[in-house]
Amino acid sequence: MLASLSRRAILAIYAVIIIVPLTVVAFGSFKSTQELFAGPFSLPHSLSPDNFAEVVGGQNLGSSFMNSAIVTGISVPLTLFLASLAGYAVSRLKGFMSWAIFGFLVLGMAIPAQANMVPLYVLFGRLGLLDSLAGLVVANVVSTLPIAVFILGGFMRTLPKELYEASSIDGSGPWKTYSSIALPLSAPSIAAAAIFLFVIHWNELLYPLLFIQTPGNRTLPLALLSFQGEFQTNYPLLFAGVILASLPVVVAYVFLQRYFVAGITAGASKG
Amino acid sequence: MSIHPGTAAKRKAPDSQSSSDAAKVRRRSPTRVNPALYLFPLPAVAVVAFFLVMPTLQAFQYAVTDWNGFSAAFNYVGLDNFIRAFTKDSLFTNALTNNLKFVLLVVVAQTAFSLVLALLLTRNSRGSILLRALFFFPTILSSVSVAFIWKFIYDPNFGLANSVLKTVGVDGGAYLGNDVQALYWVAVTQVWFHSGQMMVVYIAGLQAIPKELYEAAEMDGANKWQRFKSITWPFVAPATSIVVAYTTVQSFKAFDLILGIAGNPPKSALDILSTRIYSTFANSEFGYAAAQSIIFMAMIALVTWLQRRLLRLTPKGE
Repeated sequence: MLASLSRRAILAIYAVIIIVPLTVVAFGSFKSTQELFAGPFSLPHSLSPDNFAEVVGGQNLGSSFMNSAIVTGISVPLTLFLASLAGYAVSRLKGFMSWAIFGFLVLGMAIPAQANMVPLYVLFGRLGLLDSLAGLVVANVVSTLPIAVFILGGFMRTLPKELYEASSIDGSGPWKTYSSIALPLSAPSIAAAAIFLFVIHWNELLYPLLFIQTPGNRTLPLALLSFQGEFQTNYPLLFAGVILASLPVVVAYVFLQRYFVAGITAGASKG
Repeated sequence: MSIHPGTAAKRKAPDSQSSSDAAKVRRRSPTRVNPALYLFPLPAVAVVAFFLVMPTLQAFQYAVTDWNGFSAAFNYVGLDNFIRAFTKDSLFTNALTNNLKFVLLVVVAQTAFSLVLALLLTRNSRGSILLRALFFFPTILSSVSVAFIWKFIYDPNFGLANSVLKTVGVDGGAYLGNDVQALYWVAVTQVWFHSGQMMVVYIAGLQAIPKELYEAAEMDGANKWQRFKSITWPFVAPATSIVVAYTTVQSFKAFDLILGIAGNPPKSALDILSTRIYSTFANSEFGYAAAQSIIFMAMIALVTWLQRRLLRLTPKGE
């Protein structure tokens, strides 16, 4: 009885620690600074969209939103495509070659982004990829390709080989077998990896911070970060920015909650 | 498929991958490896080689130079950058100390806390599932968003924490404004940010434990603690090594959170290795930044290796 009571108490307290700040942010995004400081927990007087209008219009958050959508919209499918091709080959090749290719690709997980940012910056400079959305796509794809190969390749290895063999006997080439057998059967792991990548790419800060100079090329996290300097304590504006930046991920989370957990845990269990 | 009815069953049997079996499968297989298959991993291999492996190797080359990133001329200075980092650069050693402290704090707190949450939420009741979804939620937010939310919580004048404390008549603290405490408060934020994710890893581990073990132990008169110690803990050992390793890397790279909560560049009490490397880089000391990033990489590898040695967490029955 006592144990169950303390169990409930711990869970309730932590639930409050999660819910209250998020509620304050949601309410606060509609308040003025004075109203927020007077009563952070109170409901906003009005649902005036002033703060949102200001961050979208005045602060380029609108164009940052578009930039983020473009970069994420290209990075995620591209990473999945390259990773699934490699994963498929690894699951079908045998012996040393399979091991070597998989090992080479997955080894990249051990390299933190900060470790090679200086040479990458130099390389991007030479290739004309600095200050461009294309450069961000390349950086996103490269940095997450190892783990995507790890997730997809790991899953594809568990698919029954007999299906591939049957498909070969029917006269399908590797491409046909990949696209009509391996890909559809890997749908669960592709969905998991897609969500994992979506969260990472949408929230990516280091690469935009390194590569982007023009405000018009900023992605959302970078635009948000630049708020911090400009509006030290204008919390309502910061909150409106937080809500806009989080909206797509939060909406997706509400509907696809189960897959999010599967995806991000697939990422976490890389060890 | 009907050509070799025996192989499928044989291959699925556990631990049957002896070399003779594998050879048999290969010989009987009706298809040879199509050479076109080697084209499939080519784009990924090329991209990783060109944009990940090559730059990483190059970092080792830059690290022994005094290159400033712009001029064509530079000198090879041997290990000077490394010596400078450890002996002459108090900014760097400060960031290193902060980082190790931060990692230790977060790893201990997050591992323990996520295990507690998981233990409290293993049951698949409606309430548990709802709470799991809620506790997991912060993980999907961007670090900058989380940083802003907590910056407001910690704001000494108008912040949430002090508003709550004021209502119960307690004077609040300066939190991030207090150099001694600042790192601890960011660690709290980091734990809030990612415990839900690690909780899920633990729940997966806990749900794999056969219920019969607990029933048997209960019949033998084992109390709650004994059951935890001799059943739960050994069984969640693999989950623990995942959680510890992942949390280590995650907290070494708390870069985004620090920049968001402390500003760019952060004050010295909140400077960690990744923010220091970024500052050095932004200061156009490319050679020195590369050397710092190599130390950073070595640090992560060392700490991860140490953990494996010290914890020796091996899955039950292996």
